[in-house]
Amino acid sequence: MNETSKRSPLVWVLYGAILVAGALAPMAFPAYTNQMAVLWLMIVFALTWDILGGQMGYNSLGNIFFFGAGMYVSAVIQIGLYHNVSEYTDAAGSGVYTFTETQYFTGIFLGMIGAAIFATISAFILGMVLFGLRGPYFAIGTLGVAIAAGELTGAWDWVGGGSGISMPTFPGHPDTGKYFFYTLMFALAVSVFVFLKWLYSTRFGHAINAIRDDEEKAEGMGIHTNRYKRLAWSFSAFFLGISGAIFGNMTGFIEPLEVAFPTITFGIFMVVMVLLGGKGTLWGPILGAIIFHAIKEVTWTYMLGWQWVALGFLIVVIVVYFQQGIMGWIMDKKPEWFGLTIAQLEAQGAAGDGPVSSDPAEGRVGT
Amino acid sequence: MNAPDARTQEAPAVRAEPPTAAGRQADSEPIITVRGVTKTFGGVVANHNISLDVARGQITGLIGPNGSGKTTLFNSIVGYHPIDAGSITFEGREISRMRVQQIARLGLLRTFQQTRIYGKMNCVDNMLISIPHRKATVLDMFARHSREQLERAERLLHFVGLYEKRFLRAGDLSFGQQKLLEFAMALMNEPTVLLLDEPTAGINPTLINGLIDRLKRANTELGITLLIIEHNMRVIMNMADTIYCLAHGELLASGTPEEIQNDQRVIDAYLGAH
Repeated sequence: MNETSKRSPLVWVLYGAILVAGALAPMAFPAYTNQMAVLWLMIVFALTWDILGGQMGYNSLGNIFFFGAGMYVSAVIQIGLYHNVSEYTDAAGSGVYTFTETQYFTGIFLGMIGAAIFATISAFILGMVLFGLRGPYFAIGTLGVAIAAGELTGAWDWVGGGSGISMPTFPGHPDTGKYFFYTLMFALAVSVFVFLKWLYSTRFGHAINAIRDDEEKAEGMGIHTNRYKRLAWSFSAFFLGISGAIFGNMTGFIEPLEVAFPTITFGIFMVVMVLLGGKGTLWGPILGAIIFHAIKEVTWTYMLGWQWVALGFLIVVIVVYFQQGIMGWIMDKKPEWFGLTIAQLEAQGAAGDGPVSSDPAEGRVGT
Repeated sequence: MNAPDARTQEAPAVRAEPPTAAGRQADSEPIITVRGVTKTFGGVVANHNISLDVARGQITGLIGPNGSGKTTLFNSIVGYHPIDAGSITFEGREISRMRVQQIARLGLLRTFQQTRIYGKMNCVDNMLISIPHRKATVLDMFARHSREQLERAERLLHFVGLYEKRFLRAGDLSFGQQKLLEFAMALMNEPTVLLLDEPTAGINPTLINGLIDRLKRANTELGITLLIIEHNMRVIMNMADTIYCLAHGELLASGTPEEIQNDQRVIDAYLGAH
């Protein structure tokens, strides 16, 4: 409750430094703007995956569905507002379709909103069906949704089928476009962090932790477990939908299997990043995303041809030897840093001696 | 302090739906009635035609040899599984078709034989999420706990002797301490009736007297009706007002502790003559 009031100013300095560094990074390293935008995307992936996977104990392998769904919904809205979608996709980007600056930005704005709404609602509906499954069955069930979505989209000609959609091009200098999408991703990642920091400080955070630790007990205590589970996934989907809308425009070309619903790349990265950083913590997924992205970029640069082998090796090592992740490891070594300590008994006499109604916190009543 | 008041204030919410005629019974009426309950698992008859009453404000004991169907009856009452036949009412309302969460929100709560707490959360958080959820709206899902709730949590942790350990992860406590925490969590939920499945099992014998004392005070000071499964005869004879004895899934005997202690059928059941 009073966590924030106990925070030292140092933490706020740190937050400020991250914000300033994040905003200025593309100006300092313009050549890496896209890679850094993808890094913020990875952080969004990790943070949203951890809502279910870390905090609630439901390992979803299908979160990538909301990313891809958001991407396609946004594309259809952006195009459909001003043109005929089916004719546009038939033309396969042959360039007869133009968007004015206003049309472009209105489209992206409405596209992101539509993507968020669609993803949120689909998570709520999918949750009604899939939360009947527990453990590995939930993981496989969600994976099935993501794979099916990719295959179905690939067979759906109205949205371009397997040959995908060329997104409207950014009306301006390509470098401005890069900076624009970088800023969107950065703002999204910051929003997710702020939202989750708040969410985990409310009863919601405690309730989904309780579901993780013992769902049957939580039911037995009268917690509205279904409500919490569906909402938790909807929050996750909300942000993933927006991230998909942004990423689709950033890459400029979307298609079902490699870009929108890449279950074996982004879909697995989400899980690995959280495991690496430490699931069930707020900073763990962020740390995991940064380290994983750095390793991935290095292996792509210096081990080309072997990059998937190296990445697979890393995944095996994490899953077999380092399941608790970086934050989990620190928590095991230094529990007192996280307040997991035996508190000094205040001068109350021996425990349990007073009547039930005695108030060990009398001094604080009425303050 | 205000625990019993809080519960009476919430009583109207508990009966938000129109109460049945039986819902306005006098306090002398049983708070839980079990009538002719039968439950089978495949070919095994775990409970056969069991009827019993739990009197409001009292401590009722449920004893019987291993495998006599005590925990099955508990599970039936709290809605953990559907019953094959019979009727169970709580405060005059039929609950045998309700789900676990609905029954818990009515104020009928159980603890588990094998002790279930939220292992990765600290004790205070375990307590804070155990507040009653009977009136919880969607907005309450995003509320922060109030100062009153925190103080109540600390007071109850103090009551069961876990105040110093309140910032430890519940999973790091000893089994006996987890049992005490689970009891405190149940009190946090402000139940009308608490079903305790072997509250003293696995607890250090020197601490059992303290636990008996706390259970009795939960009953007298907080006014919580207790239904207790217990194997330790000294404990249950010491606490209960009324005792029911099950054997082979059927109700064998019932009465005051003295009557049960002197009942030849009960002695035979425990010694294996049955």
